[in-house]
Amino acid sequence: MDLIVARPEGLYCAAGDFYIDPWRPVAHAVITHAHSDHARTGHGHYLAHTDSEGTLRTRLGEITLQTLVYGETLERNGVKISLHPAGHVLGSAQVRVEHRGEVWVASGDYKTEADGTCAPFEPVPCDTFITESTFGLPIYRWPAQQVLLAEINAWWQRNADEGRASVLFCYAFGKAQRILHGVDAGIGPLIVHGAVEPLNAVYRAAGVALPPTLRVTDSDVTPAMLKRALVLAPPSAQGTPWMRRFGNYSDAFASGWMQVRGTRRRRGVDRGFVMSDHADWPGLQNAITGTGADRVMVTHGSVAVLVRWLRESGLQAEAFKTEYGDEDVADQPAPDVAAQTKASDPADDVDEAGA
Amino acid sequence: MKAFAALYRELDATTSSLAKQAALQRYLQDAAPADAAWAVYFLAGGKPRQLVPTKLLRLLAQDAAGLPEWLFDESYEAVGDLAETISLLLPPPTEQHELGLAGWVELHLLPLRALGKTNPAALPDTLRAQWQRLASEERLVYFKLMTGSFRVGVSRLQVTQALAAVAGVDAKRVAQRLMGYTHISGQPAAADYAALVAAESSGELNQKTSGQPYPFFLAHPFNVDIDQFDVLLGPPANWIVEWKWDGIRAQLVKRAGQVWLWSRGEELVTERFPELAAMGEALPDGTVLDGEIAVWSEDKVRPFADLQKRIGRKTLGPKLLRDIPVVLLAYDLLEWQGRDLRAMPQAERRVLMDDLVTQLQHPQLITSPMLNGESWQDLARQREAAREMGVEGMMLKQRQAAYGVGRTKDVGTWWKWKIDPLSVDAVLIYAQRGHGRRASLYSDYTFAVWDATPGIPERKLVPFAKAYSGLTDEEMGRVDAVIRKTTVESFGPVRSVKPTLVFELGFEGIARSSRHKSGIAVRFPRMLRWREDKSVEEADTLETLAALLPS
Repeated sequence: MDLIVARPEGLYCAAGDFYIDPWRPVAHAVITHAHSDHARTGHGHYLAHTDSEGTLRTRLGEITLQTLVYGETLERNGVKISLHPAGHVLGSAQVRVEHRGEVWVASGDYKTEADGTCAPFEPVPCDTFITESTFGLPIYRWPAQQVLLAEINAWWQRNADEGRASVLFCYAFGKAQRILHGVDAGIGPLIVHGAVEPLNAVYRAAGVALPPTLRVTDSDVTPAMLKRALVLAPPSAQGTPWMRRFGNYSDAFASGWMQVRGTRRRRGVDRGFVMSDHADWPGLQNAITGTGADRVMVTHGSVAVLVRWLRESGLQAEAFKTEYGDEDVADQPAPDVAAQTKASDPADDVDEAGA
Repeated sequence: MKAFAALYRELDATTSSLAKQAALQRYLQDAAPADAAWAVYFLAGGKPRQLVPTKLLRLLAQDAAGLPEWLFDESYEAVGDLAETISLLLPPPTEQHELGLAGWVELHLLPLRALGKTNPAALPDTLRAQWQRLASEERLVYFKLMTGSFRVGVSRLQVTQALAAVAGVDAKRVAQRLMGYTHISGQPAAADYAALVAAESSGELNQKTSGQPYPFFLAHPFNVDIDQFDVLLGPPANWIVEWKWDGIRAQLVKRAGQVWLWSRGEELVTERFPELAAMGEALPDGTVLDGEIAVWSEDKVRPFADLQKRIGRKTLGPKLLRDIPVVLLAYDLLEWQGRDLRAMPQAERRVLMDDLVTQLQHPQLITSPMLNGESWQDLARQREAAREMGVEGMMLKQRQAAYGVGRTKDVGTWWKWKIDPLSVDAVLIYAQRGHGRRASLYSDYTFAVWDATPGIPERKLVPFAKAYSGLTDEEMGRVDAVIRKTTVESFGPVRSVKPTLVFELGFEGIARSSRHKSGIAVRFPRMLRWREDKSVEEADTLETLAALLPS
């Protein structure tokens, strides 16, 4: 029997009797990172990286949580468990599981380019690698982070020069901090939505350098400041009354889905910045090759495509059915078609392009 | 090329017309006239003939990206546009260039067509050498020009306005200058651009030798209740009432011994309708007629489907000309004896036109008859015959109206008073992903009706029409979700679904067709309503559909 199998509750290691990112309540859960589709409520015992503690406790309340640092090993029923950087968000980890000399690594979500706000992805040698496939199509190739940040700065600068606020929709956990960390704070004030600030606090507490941020309700925020500000808000804020105070603003959306023009246009924003915390197509290939694994299990995203591609490249590849989503989509305001149908149709990658 | 690609990106990035207008003007001011000439051509809708076979382009791109065919296809499906897919998949450029748009079009793009004919074996290397020099942003534009899919959400009107602003010339004048500019074999050069933005010349006002038509005056829909007509329009005596013909709107220009026939799409169609060109020869110089090209026999208009048979043909044999004869149903005279009549009241133009047509006595030139009614109710009664006659309804033209430009209403108004569309309740049986903005939504549907009445065992659904418009974004999202849940089979981008959804489908015309499984072809089908109240069993039958056929 395989060391890790897909069960209705989640990915399960029978030898160690624990689940990885289960979506139904279980006794023992190892959590790769604190995004809500991976860290769910109701488990008896949680194991996660030290840097995930803040976000997990904020989001899940009272939980029994044990933490590890990267590389630290815990043994359970003769199974060695350790966490390794996944480069996705603060505290995100790949889970390495070793039993009787066989090594499996579950990636959770990951990206391969270092972003400065969390420990960069490290390939972990293994026999079997469980990989995500959110952007598992060759059309997804990310611009280098500096190029991307330069584009955001240029857009912000131009808006500031023309006296209008720049509203950038992005996921509140991970992407917002990555943007704050990277933009040129000299252009104007940084204002964040109420959903973003608590996560800034977690990042700052973990020692990540973020420039000072303001809330729009702060008494020292003047209308003149708003006209030069970069405003970070979750996608769910788009079209809400909260936006009205910014007057004639320019808006943008930061997501890997912005790579495709049709998606960008459907989003209905002025600009789309191609920015993702997931691996792009070359990133997926490099990560998979980097592990040296000859067997690959593919979860959430372009499952069918990646499985077929890997098989044609000579690897043993299979699909794992999971209920993970994409945070850009999970954060949708309106009843989201993609999110509703995704669970029943995991192979249909572009559904998530509904973001 | 860089500047044009940046313009494309800027236009594409915004939904604001003001921002688009500003970007267009900025580009036109800064661009070299030769580049601006081509930019205007493409932005205003110009399309050169196919440069490279699409199939070859796909193969080369697939090969350059090092992908198997299936993965290229998966990518194309996710993106929904071939040019964009290719530009996303190609490896980064290896060289650089400083060539402008005109240089790219004239030295690289256009010669591809000839090369494909004289030396097709050289095409792959030539293409690779070209795209290797282009940055990804430029590639999108380059491939879009090549595949003929260059569209960027700028209307011809917006381009006209930008040119007018840059030139400091009235937009109507620019619109006239732009007529014919986007012709398929157009080769606009710096001088042509200079002519677009030049100050108005005296020769321009006296266009005795020019083949240019006037900008078409367009009608607005009129959908109000009959008892409001008197209040809104006054008595029918103030109006010229005609049938609304279902043909091709056209202007026939005769000047200096030459004839030009222009369609509303600003395409020169003289050669497609030789009998109309011949008729034009008989007109005196300095004459411009506005009317509708229609297939006509035995004093009756024939269905648009017949006209389509002529439009599609490259060569017109004598048999086709004999079987499908066309006429110009004239309804306006825009120029007479070299004089621009557009400021003259509609009724006076009409009198002059009727005289002209009577004098000419040519079988290919017929006046669109004026309809008389004592009251709007009376006209409404006459209008009931529209379907039987094969017309779309009535046109109402103010007797005092001048002939305006495009959809303006400042000098007079033309109303189109159309009859309600035909409709049936049909069942959605296939769905396909859309393109562009709808690339990941199942937005294009095939509809079917039953081949027998309820109660007949084993009755089947027979497909008869495709439609993709008429739903709101919200409804489309919900329909998309149902389609995904009820999918029976997928064939490439198409899914067959379990029949559960019923829609009221509207269409303008209906005709028998041997090319359709149902034996029936409908014109302009679209979804009028999602009949969530109806079950699949309650949908209409082929019999209901056939009953709508004109006798």
